[in-house]
Amino acid sequence: MQFQPTIVSFLCNWCSYTGADLAGTSRMKYAHNIRIIRVMCSGRVEPTFVLRAFKEGADGVLICGCHPGDCHYHEGNYKCLRRFHLLKKYIQQMGIHPDRLRLEWISASEGKQFAELADEMTEAMIKLGPAKINEVMQFA
Amino acid sequence: MAIYWASACGGCCVSVLDVHESLFTVTERADIIFWPIALDTKYADVKALPNGYIDVTLFNGAIRNSENEYMAMLLREKSKILVAYGSCAHMGGIPGLANFFNRKEIFERVYQTSESTVNPEKIRPQPSFQVPEGNLHLPVFFNDVKPLDKVVCVDYYLPGCPPQTERLIEVFLAITNGSELPGKKSVVGARDKTQCDECERKKTENKHIKKFYRPFEIQDDGETCFLEQGVICLGPATRAGCGVRCIKGNAPCRGCYGPSPDVTDPGAKMMSAIGTMIDSNDPEEISEIVEQVVDPAGTFYRFSLPGSILRRKII
Repeated sequence: MQFQPTIVSFLCNWCSYTGADLAGTSRMKYAHNIRIIRVMCSGRVEPTFVLRAFKEGADGVLICGCHPGDCHYHEGNYKCLRRFHLLKKYIQQMGIHPDRLRLEWISASEGKQFAELADEMTEAMIKLGPAKINEVMQFA
Repeated sequence: MAIYWASACGGCCVSVLDVHESLFTVTERADIIFWPIALDTKYADVKALPNGYIDVTLFNGAIRNSENEYMAMLLREKSKILVAYGSCAHMGGIPGLANFFNRKEIFERVYQTSESTVNPEKIRPQPSFQVPEGNLHLPVFFNDVKPLDKVVCVDYYLPGCPPQTERLIEVFLAITNGSELPGKKSVVGARDKTQCDECERKKTENKHIKKFYRPFEIQDDGETCFLEQGVICLGPATRAGCGVRCIKGNAPCRGCYGPSPDVTDPGAKMMSAIGTMIDSNDPEEISEIVEQVVDPAGTFYRFSLPGSILRRKII
């Protein structure tokens, strides 16, 4: 059987989650590998959440927020963007492929874009293969 | 009382000596029966003690090899209270940075490629070796460095690199005076606030960082918050208790006292804090500013890598 990655995704309540919901209510089909966690804002996504997701066995982590300038809380998504850059550099140092962490902007009307993003990221994770973070940890 | 060093630099043991004449107060109240830096007690003597015979063991150093692990287990068995003393036993400390490599890479570097090594026969240490006189043993070198609590149950943590001597005396007196001890697993000899709460440098509510400097790249004015000057200081994510010693000495905090209460991963918390301070909303500029943080893993997890969520590099 083909490898099925687990992708933990954090979606902001105001744009991205509604966007994903739109994909659902419009009956669009997208990869089931995305596990959605709703947060109030992408600025709420602490680096700890992402690291824990990897540790618990996620093969990829996707963070989605409102487009720049559209944040419900004015600048939560910018804070997320800054943390994302720092975090990406950190996970690379820890031996995790940088493509395993993604940040994308999805607005409430972009159901189609969300469905495509989910498919595309799943495809990319299948190509990268399992992250095996947990296994390496247990071996050591 | 016993004091032991595992994978440590010896600084923790010296910090105990730093109590100076208070050492007499200590020896008045407790017999130090095992302390490799100062006494010649053998492991076998410790093994011969009845279980729970030692009242307090200050265990410093991380767990690097099977000898460290053996002694951690032995001292746990023989002690009523086991204290993880210092950053290494608490979170892995500086030796924990070896978790960026594995055993194979470390051996390759140390016994082969380092500039001062000549080893054409590629000799590596063997845990056991047969000689005419008998079988010789060396401790097994682990792949991973671990903090003490990953190996045995720890009663208290006394953080610091090394812990400040005054704090040690306070804790020691609390134990010997029979005062009520805090709940098991708690951090003693440190405060619940962060470094920033105790720091006397001038700070404003909003910190804006346009450019990161490494400490040698900037002339510190001696009074403004390091972060506001663009120098990474781990104060916001680090427990107070050391008396802001480094900052008073005009060096930014490096985080040896570990995370403040309820924080599981100090480095992640610090990345979170730094994220809010970067003064730009432009993706490219943000990326450029972040590039100036040369070594995020080593900077934010200098003392805490083995105790963090991703406790080692994935190799």
